[in-house]
Amino acid sequence: MPDATGLELIAAGVRERLGDEAVAGTIYHRGQATLEVAPDAVHDALAYLRDDAEEPFEFLMSVHGCDYFPEEPRLGVHYQLLSMQRLDRLGVRTRVGAEDPQVPSVVDMFSGADFQEREVFDMFGVVFDGHPDHRRILMPEDYEGYPQRRDFPMGGEPVLFTFNENEMPRWYE
Amino acid sequence: MTRHRVGGNGDPGDLRIRQLRARQMLRGELEPDDLEAYLQERVGLTTLEKAQNWARANAPWPLTFGLACCAIEMISVVGSPRMDAARFGAEVFRASPRQADMIILSGRISIKMAPVIRRIYDQMLEPKWVISMGACASSAGMFNNYALVAGADKFLPVDVYVPGCPPRPEALMYGIIKLQNKIKGQPDMGWRERYKAHGTEEVA
Repeated sequence: MPDATGLELIAAGVRERLGDEAVAGTIYHRGQATLEVAPDAVHDALAYLRDDAEEPFEFLMSVHGCDYFPEEPRLGVHYQLLSMQRLDRLGVRTRVGAEDPQVPSVVDMFSGADFQEREVFDMFGVVFDGHPDHRRILMPEDYEGYPQRRDFPMGGEPVLFTFNENEMPRWYE
Repeated sequence: MTRHRVGGNGDPGDLRIRQLRARQMLRGELEPDDLEAYLQERVGLTTLEKAQNWARANAPWPLTFGLACCAIEMISVVGSPRMDAARFGAEVFRASPRQADMIILSGRISIKMAPVIRRIYDQMLEPKWVISMGACASSAGMFNNYALVAGADKFLPVDVYVPGCPPRPEALMYGIIKLQNKIKGQPDMGWRERYKAHGTEEVA
């Protein structure tokens, strides 16, 4: 991971390229550097980090979703970048509201993000604009709701065990 | 099936007697009473149904089909010399549902997988049996949440439930033997004993 100073230098590079409002902040926590960017600047920021930055981060390791309920904006999308020249990793994260979460897709730059963006959409309902195949990936296609959101019910059903068979409906009589 | 041995108790002298009697029978020299005794000694009588069930019970070929971690235990029932399902005729895992007699639901069943399993089950030829292996297939187990079907019996008729998470290979072996007894028409009452539900069996 870049140290706190290195993170600020990277953030300065992104600000210089995309303007001050593109970078929402920097987080350096427990040795992990994360750059927080505005949702509509995700594609441009990753393009800059991949192509134009000094010692670029050219590999997207993974894309994650996250629900920060009750914080607002609720949803987060995390991108983990790897630079083989720096031998270093960088997290890029963006926050979107749960009502109309829209983030530009990065599949045109990182084709490995294809399934991972679909998974984030499937589980959290974040819509990735410009994704070539924007469908659910894990849940059935007619499934309603986004199950990994914090306000989604756990589901499942009570199971008949010996200890609770007297409370359960006596289906066997 | 029982064989009645009339006369003779297995020492070598009897062999000669039996040989001579067989010769007489072939020549048609046996009296009716002796002929009856001869038949009782040599021929085992049973019903076709029983013979059929006996044959089926001793070759329940499973489907090559694993769902999750229970599949590893299922594989070790077949693959390891310690368990060796070949002793019970259940070692030939068939890769096609058309050739399989039995499907072992070894693992959690997601609601996306359930229609697939049902289709595979429908493709199997009668007679067919289902073993629900492990807590997940029987009741969603530790994954009792939005993604899983809580119990394979929601969409399949299940014959034998094997508890465990995952069940040890011995447990699955035991389940297979229970299934064999069921096929042979000597079903173990299991939970029916416990809940006094005799007479609710779907298979006579």
